Amino acid sequence: MCLAVPGKLLAAEEREGSRLGRVEFGGIVCEVCLDLVPEAVPGDYVIVHAGFALSRLDAEEAERTYQLLAELEQAANQTPAAAPAAPDPSGGM
Amino acid sequence: MKYVDEYRDARLARGLVAELARKVTRPWVLMEICGGQTHTLMRYGIDELIPSQIELVHGPGCPVCVTPLEIIDKAIYLAEQPNVTLVSYGDMLRVPGSHTDLLHVKAGGGDVRVAYSPMEALKAARALPERQIVFLGIGFETTAPANATAVWQARRQGLKNFSMLVSHVLVPPAIRMLLSSGRNRVQGFIAPGHVCTVMGYREYESLSQHFRVPIVVGGFEPVDLLEAISMLVAQLEQGRAEVENQYTRSVTRGGNLPAQKLMEEVFEVCDRKWRGIGLIPQSGLRLRAEYAAYDAEKVFELQDTTVQEPPECISAQVLQGLKKPMECAAFGKACTPERPLGAPMVSAEGACAAYYRYRRHAGAGN
Amino acid sequence: MAQFVCPVPLPAKDKILLGHGSGGSLGAELLRRVFLPAFDNAILAKLNDQAILDVQGVRLAFTTDSFVVKPLFFPGGDIGSLAVHGTVNDLAVGGATPLCLSAAFIIEEGLPIETLEKVVASLHRAAADAGIEVVTGDTKVVEKGSGDGLFINTSGIGLVPADLNLSADRAQPGDRLLLSGSIGEHGIAIIAQREGLEFESQVRSDSAPLHGLVAAMLAATPGRDSIRCMRDPTRGGLSSALNEIAAQSQVGMLLEEEKVPVREAVKGACELLGFDPFYVANEGKLVAIVEARAAEQILAAMRAHPLGRQAQVIGTVTAAPAGMVSLRTALGTMRIVDMLSGDQLPRIC
Repeated sequence: MCLAVPGKLLAAEEREGSRLGRVEFGGIVCEVCLDLVPEAVPGDYVIVHAGFALSRLDAEEAERTYQLLAELEQAANQTPAAAPAAPDPSGGM
Repeated sequence: MKYVDEYRDARLARGLVAELARKVTRPWVLMEICGGQTHTLMRYGIDELIPSQIELVHGPGCPVCVTPLEIIDKAIYLAEQPNVTLVSYGDMLRVPGSHTDLLHVKAGGGDVRVAYSPMEALKAARALPERQIVFLGIGFETTAPANATAVWQARRQGLKNFSMLVSHVLVPPAIRMLLSSGRNRVQGFIAPGHVCTVMGYREYESLSQHFRVPIVVGGFEPVDLLEAISMLVAQLEQGRAEVENQYTRSVTRGGNLPAQKLMEEVFEVCDRKWRGIGLIPQSGLRLRAEYAAYDAEKVFELQDTTVQEPPECISAQVLQGLKKPMECAAFGKACTPERPLGAPMVSAEGACAAYYRYRRHAGAGN
Repeated sequence: MAQFVCPVPLPAKDKILLGHGSGGSLGAELLRRVFLPAFDNAILAKLNDQAILDVQGVRLAFTTDSFVVKPLFFPGGDIGSLAVHGTVNDLAVGGATPLCLSAAFIIEEGLPIETLEKVVASLHRAAADAGIEVVTGDTKVVEKGSGDGLFINTSGIGLVPADLNLSADRAQPGDRLLLSGSIGEHGIAIIAQREGLEFESQVRSDSAPLHGLVAAMLAATPGRDSIRCMRDPTRGGLSSALNEIAAQSQVGMLLEEEKVPVREAVKGACELLGFDPFYVANEGKLVAIVEARAAEQILAAMRAHPLGRQAQVIGTVTAAPAGMVSLRTALGTMRIVDMLSGDQLPRIC
């Protein structure tokens, strides 16, 4: 279930008793109901399901996760042959 | 696309797979509940990438698959009424009822329309005052706030020709049912990230503690699922059983409070029959009495019917992760997407459809 | 295993569904069940986009197509220009130089004449741009409520060089798959206009006549056999076209996901609606199966042409599994690209 996609909130307005936003998904712009995410402001990314924003994407968390994953990927790429040339300061093996 | 492409990055995926291979020392059985996650796993072949000691089984996470037969039949009955316009999410149109499906009703002249959002059904109600608009409101907790908003707005706008046929299901009771079953083999769960975006993950903490099972809230892209699997395996290898959150860019422990408030205002918890599984107590949502004027069951005085599903039907076992679709005698022969025998073959997220679409020939090796 | 009894009996399959027209497996089944048995002949049985006839020493290509698009006007075209491009392309992918068209109009009572005039003007312009004329036609009017405003059928005739034999049953293991550009634009441009799915979109239909591109490709081939067959992947998308060829030639195909171009806006719309671009219609693209050693040359010729700038080699023909199209994903894993059974519907799941 739950096909929900992140998009960028471009603008918001009150209309027909709801707060509606124009959200961009990679080049298409759709009208989305923002009533469930009142704290979202233009510039934020929101996660959208069935025409409704369900959450404001936490950019810091996304960045943190991404950094962790990138470090992991680097760790995976390091083989003994690729280990740094600097000797172990403690002199151990 | 930002916040999507990064989580499909092949190098990150490989890094996670390598880390997983380093961590795992024993076989583990993991389950994802959400149909969207099943779809990603199949589409990207994640099960091929992860170490073979990790077995992935698929849970009843496709609301289309578990919508009771009785609800489909009621929707079909309504769609056949001359003054009714039945509006539905596209997923439901091809799901077989007892005798036919909504697509065939449309072919026969019924006014059946597809909507991406329930607000479109509201628009239709305003534009067509002479018709009765009924919206088929199915889904897990993810979709409940949208459906609740539509009903709430309908009442606020004083619409007289709009109602909803509600059949919502809740995830935690389903997990409880699975874990309580004597046949359960699942040792760790990936909790559905968009359900938890709405509901938070507090409800999963008592499950995790009571059954001593690790639960990780996971996103929907390949990198999300690999990270969630990695977190589960880490817990299992270390003998921990906690709730952790992988999908931190969207999920918080408390969830979306305005959404929960609206759901609370419009819906109440009830017993719900899950197709192929049976009755799970307190596992569904229905409209509250104050919203009776918008409840299609009341507006149209729909009778409660019971359709018995023979115990031989394997959908139940597939939905509970006890059998794989390929182990079904009818898979790919009597039962295909063109001629589905059961709901898991119809829905894009159904386990059978996912296996059929992406993996048919690999069955020989799997 | 115990006798399998399903709680859900098969729905009665005695009516035509919208899915029968969407270019997927339901339509293919209709062909097998109703049309092929009735019109049993060798030319039709080849199931190419056009029929190649030998008429007193001259090789003619003959094709027909009907256009039922809704809305009638969309970014990048309208039913008029589409009616020309669709038929010209069916001729072109058979290697034919288009000669002329017929155009038959089925008009719904109540359609504003101004709308008809706009469509006809567009049709005429598209034909002129393609270097052909509408030489015969027909008009019928149906009662209000019987049609989507306007349906058009165009049939076309073209000339095929004597020694050219493009056919869907000629693909061989080792051949390369060439795609002329990004996929999914026409389908998304249409759906963006439909009621209930309104979104502002920069996606324009890619509707265009391909005979010039085909001519450039043919001119670049070292030998007449180098291009085995071509298809324009319209309804049912790239997936349907490739699955059909794989079935006719009884070969397998292996695609590389990373090689298939998809525009950002198409991707965004597909993500939102839960669509797979592989199944979305195109009206100005072609896929060609070519001999491996000719692939570079032909690709270069495509990229030199305005309609082929984004051309890519997207895969290879394999011996097995016969009739099946597989894909290597961006993660390096394998999956099947199946024939869709009906229309893609916007989903929440």
